[in-house]
Amino acid sequence: MNAECPVCGAQIQLAADAVQGELIECPDCGTELEVVSVNPPQVKEAPQEEEDWGQ
Amino acid sequence: MKIGMLHSLIRKDEKYLIDEFNKIKGVELELIDDRQISFNLGKDHFDYDIVVERCINHSRALHGLKLFETAGIKCVNKYSVATICGDKLLTSCSLAEHKVPQPEVRVAFTEESALRTIEEMGYPVVLKPAVGSWGRLLSKINDRDAAEAILEHKTVLGSYHHSIFYIQKYVEKARIENGEKLPGRDIRSFVVGDKCIAAIYRTSPHWITNTARGGKATNCVVTDELNDISVRAAKAVGGGIVAIDVFETENGLMVNEVNYTMEYKNSIVTTGVNIPQKMVEYILQVAEGRND
Repeated sequence: MNAECPVCGAQIQLAADAVQGELIECPDCGTELEVVSVNPPQVKEAPQEEEDWGQ
Repeated sequence: MKIGMLHSLIRKDEKYLIDEFNKIKGVELELIDDRQISFNLGKDHFDYDIVVERCINHSRALHGLKLFETAGIKCVNKYSVATICGDKLLTSCSLAEHKVPQPEVRVAFTEESALRTIEEMGYPVVLKPAVGSWGRLLSKINDRDAAEAILEHKTVLGSYHHSIFYIQKYVEKARIENGEKLPGRDIRSFVVGDKCIAAIYRTSPHWITNTARGGKATNCVVTDELNDISVRAAKAVGGGIVAIDVFETENGLMVNEVNYTMEYKNSIVTTGVNIPQKMVEYILQVAEGRND
């Protein structure tokens, strides 16, 4: 079972070691996505940068 | 041993750390999403031996660390380290207190005194928000016209954070070798405990060299001088796992900033050093009380 890119609809197979919250890139459209669930596989667009993001 | 990792999104940096923790027998790693957790002051009973802070938001990192430490949990880095490193003014004060070389820094609280200070320092200077990352809202000011405009914009449009004028003397990063002008660079060194384990050059034609802003990373040999100033800077802010931004100047190395949730994903291959492995070794030592 694959996740679906919310932007371009591409089917995305999560890596075996994927974890919830992980950032991945849609292999088709390049959108940065966040893994919201591993089982079942679900992704959403990654959050936009906030004012206090950084190191 | 149970390790908690306080995180937001799992970036490659966190993924590498997770992989390293998972390689060690007897270590149970629990991921703590800062978007899900809530705290109950005085009533929280966490069973972590240590919490590793890897938040992407400074505000959550800072307050999460305080809340875990209040609940009696050891943290890497410590709340006090995050407090100092998260504020450039506090960092500069700590560096000054420990006599760690840094570029000239002056601070003013009003538009007028800031302009007067900049004129005294001479151009160019860099105006920085005391709290901020990834090179956001840094202003290189080359003349009085620019100074007046930037100061007015900050005063009128900025939040109260921007009314604290942190002014740093600009350090020229461009180099001339064999008559050829080369793109500017600075050094990012990685300190774990009492050792600088690796370093990179960040090279860019732009005066801001952050890799988040397009700076290119190449390996930088850790000399005795670089190790010394990096470790001294780390100790000045309270130690732990930190990344130091270092300028090369005619007067030797100088510390620009110290980062407490260091990003290293582009530096593992570049340096040939397994940075997350070194971090995990240190974290386990602290958890076991062998390196506080």
